[in-house]
Amino acid sequence: MPGKLKVKIVAGRHLPVMDRASDLTDAFVEVKFGNTTFKTDVYLKSLNPQWNSEWFKFEVDDEDLQDEPLQITVLDHDTYSANDAIGKVYIDIDPLLYSEAATVISGWFPIYDTIHGIRGEINVVVKVDLFNDLNRFRQSSCGVKFFCTTSIPKCYRAVIIHGFVEELVVNEDPEYQWIDRIRTPRASNEARQRLISLMSGELQRKIGLKVLEMRGNAVVGYLQCFDLEGESGLVVRAIGTACTLDKLSSPAAFLPACNSPSKEMKESPLVHPPSHGCRSTHNSPIHTATGSRLTQNFSVSVPTLIYTGMGSGSAGKEGGPFKALLRQQTQSALEQREFPFFTLTAFPPGFLVHVGGVVSARSVKLLDRIHNPAFVGIMGNTRSYKLLDWNSFNSDEPETRDAWWAEIRQEIKSHAKALGCHAVVGYSESTSICEEVCILSASGTAAVLNPRFLQDGTVEGCLEQRLEENLPTRCGFCHIPYDELNMPFPAHLTYCYNCRKQKVPDVLFTTIDLPTDATVIGKGCLIQARLCRLKKKAQAEANATAISNLLPFMEYEVHTQLMNKLKLKGMNALFGLRIQITVGENMLMGLASATGVYLAALPTPGGIQIAGKTPNDGSYEQHISHMQKKINDTIAKNKELYEINPPEISEEIIGSPIPEPRQRSRLLRSQSESSDEVTELDLSHGKKDAFVLEIDDTDAMEDVHSLLTDVPPPSGFYSCNTEIMPGINNWTSEIQMFTSVRVIRLSSLNLTNQALNKNFNDLCENLLKSLYFKLRSMIPCCLCHVNFTVSLPEDELIQVTVTAVAITFDKNQALQTTKTPVEKSLQRASTDNEELLQFPLELCSDSFPSHPFPPAKEHLESASSNSGIPAAQRDRCSSWIELIKLKAQTIRRGSIKTTVTVEKASPVGDGNFRNRSAPPCANSTVGVVKMTPLSFIPGAKITKYLGIINMFFIRETTSLREEGGVSGFLHAFIAEVFAMVRAHVAALGGNAVVSYIMKQCVFMENPNKNQAQCLINVSGDAVVFVRESDLEVVSSQQPTTNCQSSCTESEVTT
Amino acid sequence: MTSELDIFVGNTTLIDEDVYRLWLDGYSVTDAVALRVRSGILEQTGATAAVLQSDTMDHYRTFHMLERLLHAPPKLLHQLIFQIPPSRQALLIERYYAFDEAFVREVLGKKLSKGTKKDLDDISTKTGITLKSCRRQFDNFKRVFKVVEEMRGSLVDNIQQHFLLSDRLARDYAAIVFFANNRFETGKKKLQYLSFGDFAFCAELMIQNWTLGAVDSQMDDMDMDLDKEFLQDLKELKVLVADKDLLDLHKSLVCTALRGKLGVFSEMEANFKNLSRGLVNVAAKLTHNKDVRDLFVDLVEKFVEPCRSDHWPLSDVRFFLNQYSVSVHSLDGFRHQALWDRYMGTLRGCLLRLYHD
Repeated sequence: MPGKLKVKIVAGRHLPVMDRASDLTDAFVEVKFGNTTFKTDVYLKSLNPQWNSEWFKFEVDDEDLQDEPLQITVLDHDTYSANDAIGKVYIDIDPLLYSEAATVISGWFPIYDTIHGIRGEINVVVKVDLFNDLNRFRQSSCGVKFFCTTSIPKCYRAVIIHGFVEELVVNEDPEYQWIDRIRTPRASNEARQRLISLMSGELQRKIGLKVLEMRGNAVVGYLQCFDLEGESGLVVRAIGTACTLDKLSSPAAFLPACNSPSKEMKESPLVHPPSHGCRSTHNSPIHTATGSRLTQNFSVSVPTLIYTGMGSGSAGKEGGPFKALLRQQTQSALEQREFPFFTLTAFPPGFLVHVGGVVSARSVKLLDRIHNPAFVGIMGNTRSYKLLDWNSFNSDEPETRDAWWAEIRQEIKSHAKALGCHAVVGYSESTSICEEVCILSASGTAAVLNPRFLQDGTVEGCLEQRLEENLPTRCGFCHIPYDELNMPFPAHLTYCYNCRKQKVPDVLFTTIDLPTDATVIGKGCLIQARLCRLKKKAQAEANATAISNLLPFMEYEVHTQLMNKLKLKGMNALFGLRIQITVGENMLMGLASATGVYLAALPTPGGIQIAGKTPNDGSYEQHISHMQKKINDTIAKNKELYEINPPEISEEIIGSPIPEPRQRSRLLRSQSESSDEVTELDLSHGKKDAFVLEIDDTDAMEDVHSLLTDVPPPSGFYSCNTEIMPGINNWTSEIQMFTSVRVIRLSSLNLTNQALNKNFNDLCENLLKSLYFKLRSMIPCCLCHVNFTVSLPEDELIQVTVTAVAITFDKNQALQTTKTPVEKSLQRASTDNEELLQFPLELCSDSFPSHPFPPAKEHLESASSNSGIPAAQRDRCSSWIELIKLKAQTIRRGSIKTTVTVEKASPVGDGNFRNRSAPPCANSTVGVVKMTPLSFIPGAKITKYLGIINMFFIRETTSLREEGGVSGFLHAFIAEVFAMVRAHVAALGGNAVVSYIMKQCVFMENPNKNQAQCLINVSGDAVVFVRESDLEVVSSQQPTTNCQSSCTESEVTT
Repeated sequence: MTSELDIFVGNTTLIDEDVYRLWLDGYSVTDAVALRVRSGILEQTGATAAVLQSDTMDHYRTFHMLERLLHAPPKLLHQLIFQIPPSRQALLIERYYAFDEAFVREVLGKKLSKGTKKDLDDISTKTGITLKSCRRQFDNFKRVFKVVEEMRGSLVDNIQQHFLLSDRLARDYAAIVFFANNRFETGKKKLQYLSFGDFAFCAELMIQNWTLGAVDSQMDDMDMDLDKEFLQDLKELKVLVADKDLLDLHKSLVCTALRGKLGVFSEMEANFKNLSRGLVNVAAKLTHNKDVRDLFVDLVEKFVEPCRSDHWPLSDVRFFLNQYSVSVHSLDGFRHQALWDRYMGTLRGCLLRLYHD
C-alpha cells in the first residue's frame, strides 16, 4: 500500500441557510477518495459548524493518488427527505506527492456549487504519508515536478533539458451521454468536473512516467488543454518540456537582489553538484528507452502515417516527413529525439544559438462521431466515472488524435529543417472547434540550440568556460542558421549591425520571449493583426474544405498586417508571436499578437510606400501623397514614442552585400497549410516589394486606414504580450492581474468582410482602451503578457477574453541603473534598521509592504489622496479595524477557536506576512495571494514552488436575469474562480500564483430560457515569495516560523 | 454591433471612490456616467463615453455584489471572493454606513418601521436625496438597530464590533439607535434649528448618565433604555419649585453669586422662577413616555426660547446653569443631591449645546 491519505474536516463558516423555518443549517460533510467515503457527524443548527472531525484515512495506490482528486461534499441533513447538497470542494493532492513542495494542505476552501456558486467556506487539513515504491514497472510517477512556467523556474537550475513530452487521453463527455437527459444539470456538471479532474490527473501521471523514462525529474512549460469535441468526446492533452532540475542549494537571499528574472539565472552558479556524478553511467539506458518509446507511445510509424479517412482531404505527404524523420534520426544527439521541440520561451544563457523564424502548421479535421453503445451503457450503469481503459473499447480513438498531432508535429519539424534548424522552441499547440470541424494548430520558433544542455552533462563543468568565450555576443541568436546560398525562400540579408561578421535577416519573427542578453533600442509595444473572413455555412466535408481553402489567405493577410504594423512602429522584430485562428459557423477569425521591438543587430526597417494604380488622376495623386505623409508622420511619431533612435551607421561600414537602394523585407518563416492542402504558402509577396502598398480598390484603402486607426496607449502606459517589456527594467512591486471578457453581437443584415473587420478591430481597440482607463491609477505602468483569446460561441457573437497583468514601474529610476548597487546596499542597511524598529513600522506599512522604490510609494499615496479621504485617515481606518477585531476577540472568548484556525491556514505565508501585519493576533483577515501570468513577481524572490494549480469549473444558472444578466453571471463566476485559486494556493502555504493562465473560458447563453453556462479552466504554479526588501528580515526569522508551523500542526492533531 | 457582455475582474478588486460615491448616492448608471462626463474625466484621460459607460457598469456590478457583504461588515473581512486591501475595506464600510445630515434629521427619533419607510418618498423629495440612497441609509439605521437592540455592553462598542465602523461613526449610530428607541421628537418646527450633531451630543450624555448602563453594566438593553427608576425618582425634585421657601432660597443663592458677573442679571433675576420651574417640571414629567418623547421640545420651550428672547449670551447661560446646579448643594432642606447632580449634570451639558441660533 504505497500511500496513506489523511483528511480532517475542521469547521465551516458562512454556510447558506438551508432550513427556511429556522434560518439555519444542519450540515455534515462527506469525504470521498476513489471509492471510499467517510462522513462527519451532523452539526445541528449552525451556519458556522465546528465538526473538528477525526482523521479520515484512505489507504491507496500512488497511482490513484495522482489521478483522483479528493472530493469533499457539504450537505444539509434532512430527516424526512433526501439530504440537500450545499456544495463541493475538489482538492488536487498532487502537490503533496513530491518532497520539495507542500507538506500539508490546510485552510479555508470555498464550497462551490455549479448552480449557486460559492456557498460558504470549509476548513480542511490534508496530509499524505507516501511509502517509496521502487517497482520498476510502476504506473505512477510521483515525484516528478510540474511547472507551468515556460522558463527554468527561479530557484532551480537546469542540468539537462531532455525535450518534448506529450500525451493525450480521451473520454466520452458526460454532457453528451444519454443519462444526461434524465439527470439534473448539477449532476451533469459535477460528473464533468470530476471526469476532467480525473483525466488531467491521469494525463499528468502518464507524462510523469515519460519523464522518468527519460531520466528527467520535472516538466517545465507544462500546458494542458481540453478539447470539448461535443458528441465525439472530450480530449485532454498536454505538452511540456522534460528537464532534470536541481534545486539551488545556496539560499537566494545572499545573492544581490535584482528585478529581472533572467539575471537571477545568470547569477546562480552553474556548478555541477556531486549528486549527479553518476549520471554518465546511465547514458545508454536512456537512449534505448527513448528509442523504444518511439514505437510504443507515439503513433508515428508507417501504418499511422497513412491517413485513413480522418482528415477532410487527401493524404498529402506521407513520404516527405517520414523520409525527413529517417534522415533526422541519423544525425546528432538532439535529432535523435522524435520531436526536438521545447515549450520553453526563455532559456538559460547560451542555450539558444541561432533563431530561424516562426514555423507553424495547421490542419483541418472532421470530428467523427463514434457511437459505442457498450461503452455508454457501462458508464451509465455503474455511475462511476473512473476512467476506463480506452483501448478495450475503442482503440482507434486516442490513436486517431495522437496521429493527428503527430502529423502536425512532423510538419513543424520539416519546416524547421528547411530553415536549417534542428529544433523548435517556444512551441505550442491549440485547437479551435466548431460543431464537427476542428482546426489543429501548432507553432514555434525554429532554432539552433547549444547541445550542452541537451546531453548528459558530464563534461559540463569544463565546457562552461569555453562556451562563454565562443558565444557570439548578444547578437548571436539573430544570425541566420541557414545556408546563405541555399536559402529556403528569398530573403534579404545584411551583415549584423552589431558584430559585422555574420549575416542577419532584416526582420525576425519569433514565438519566444526576448532573450535577456539581446540589445534592444527603445521600448517595445504590443502589435496585433486582426482579421475576419466570412464563410458559407456548410456541413461536414464541404465545410472543412471551405475552411482549408480560406486558411492560406488568412495567414497571408495576418502576416501582411503584422509586417505593416511593425514597419509603422519603426521596429524590426516580433517576439511572443501567437496567431490564433478561430472557426465559427459562418466566419473565420484570425488574431495575431506579438511584441514588436527594435533589435540593434538588425537593420533599420524601411518605411511604407503607397502607390496608386491610376497615376494620371490628379486628385487621386494628391490623396495618395496625403496618405503617404500621414504614414510617414505616424512612423516618426512612433519612433519618438518608443524611443527608437538607433545610432547612425553609414552604409560603407556595414558593407551591405546587396547594394539595393530600398530596404526590402522578408519574413523568415516557412509556412504551409494543413496536410490536405499542400500549397506551400509563399509569404514573400513574389517579386514585389512588400512594403509598397498599392491602393487599387476600396479594400486596399480600408487596409491602409485600419493601419492608422490603431491608437497608441495613453502616455504612461506600455503594453506587450511577452514576459517583460523590452526597455523597462525598473519594476515596482504593485501588480494587478485581471481578466476582461467582451461579447458583441453583430448585426446579421449586412455582413461583409469589411464590416466584420471593422467590428472586430473596434472590439479589440475598445477593449484595450477600457483597460487603460481602468488601470489609470497605476500609471506609469505596463500591461505585460497581454493574452487575447477569440471565440465564436454562436452565429453572430464574437467573444474576446483578455488576461494580463499591469505592473507599475518607476520612471525616474530608468536612467539610474548604474546607481542601483549602491542603492541596494542602502536599502539593505535600512532593512536592518527596520528589523529593530519593526513594531513602529508595522503600523504604517499595511497594504503596501515596504516598497523597494520610494518614489513609487509617493506616487501611490498621491494617487490615493485624490480620493477625499486623506491617507492619514485611511491609515487610521485600518488600524481601528484591527483594534476592533482585537476587542472582539477578547470579548467573544467562546468563538476564539475559529480565529485561531484561520491563522493556521497557511503557516508559511503567515511567517512571511508577519513583519508587515499589525498586532499578530488581529491577523484574522484573509492573507493576500497575488496572481500573475508572468513567471516572476517584481521586487520579490520566489523561494519555493508548491506545485501546479490546474482547476476546471463549470457554472450554470437557470435564473440569468436575477443574477444580473450575462455580465453579472460571468463577473461573479470569474471572481469566484480567482477566489478558489487563491484559496488553494493559500492552503498549500503559498502567497502567489505565477504563470497563471486562463486556458479556456467557454460561455454559452440562452437568454430566452433565462439560462447560461460557463466553463473555465485555469492553471499556474503556486509559489512562496518573499519581498526583496524583507528578505533578510525573514531569513533571520526563519527559525521562529518553522517552530510556529510545527506548533500549529501539533495543535491540529490534538 | 452591440455589446452583449462586458466585464473586467481584477485579482485585487478595483474600487473607484468617485464611482462608489455616485453609487451610494443612488444614481443610476446613466446618471452616473453623465455626472462623470461633467467632471471632465474624459478630457483628463482621453477616454470615450463608451469606455466610461463600461467602466461605470463594472463598478456598479462590483458594488452590487459587495452590498450583501456590507450588510454584515465582518463578513467582508473574512470572505474570499473579493481580494480587497484592508484600508479599502475600511473605506467601503465607512462610506456605506455614512449618512446625510439632511436625511438623518428627518428620521431621527422616528420608529424605524415599515411605516417610516413608506415616508421615504416624501423625505427624498424634500431633501433632494435620491430615494435609493434614502433607502440605504434607512436600512442601515434599521439593521444596526436590530443587531444591537438586545445586546449587553456598551452601545458604541457593540456597534463598532458588529459593523466595524470608526469611532466617530459608531457614536453617531449609537445616538441614532438611542433616539429611535426612545422616540424623541426632533421634527417640530421649533427644533429645526438644531443639527444632528446637537442631538448626538445630547444622546451621548444621556447614554452615559441616564441609562441603565450608567449604573449597572450587565443589563440587556443597558444603553438603549433610560433608567426607569431614575426617571421615577426625578419626581422628588419637584420640591425645589413646589416649596416656596426652597425656591426663594435657591434664587437668592444664585443671584448673590452671580451679581455683577452677568450681563443679563436683571432679566435672570426676573425670570429665575420661571426657568427653574421649567427645568424641574421637565424632570418631574419624565415618568410618562409621552413626555420623554417631548424632552427636547420642552427644553427648547421652557429654557432656550425664554433666554434667547432676552438675548442671553452663551457665557451667561453657562454661568447661570453652573451656579443654578451648584447652589442646590447649599440648600439644607433638600435631600436628593445625588439625583439632582445626575439630572442636572446631563441637562446642563445638553442645554449649553442646544443654546444657539
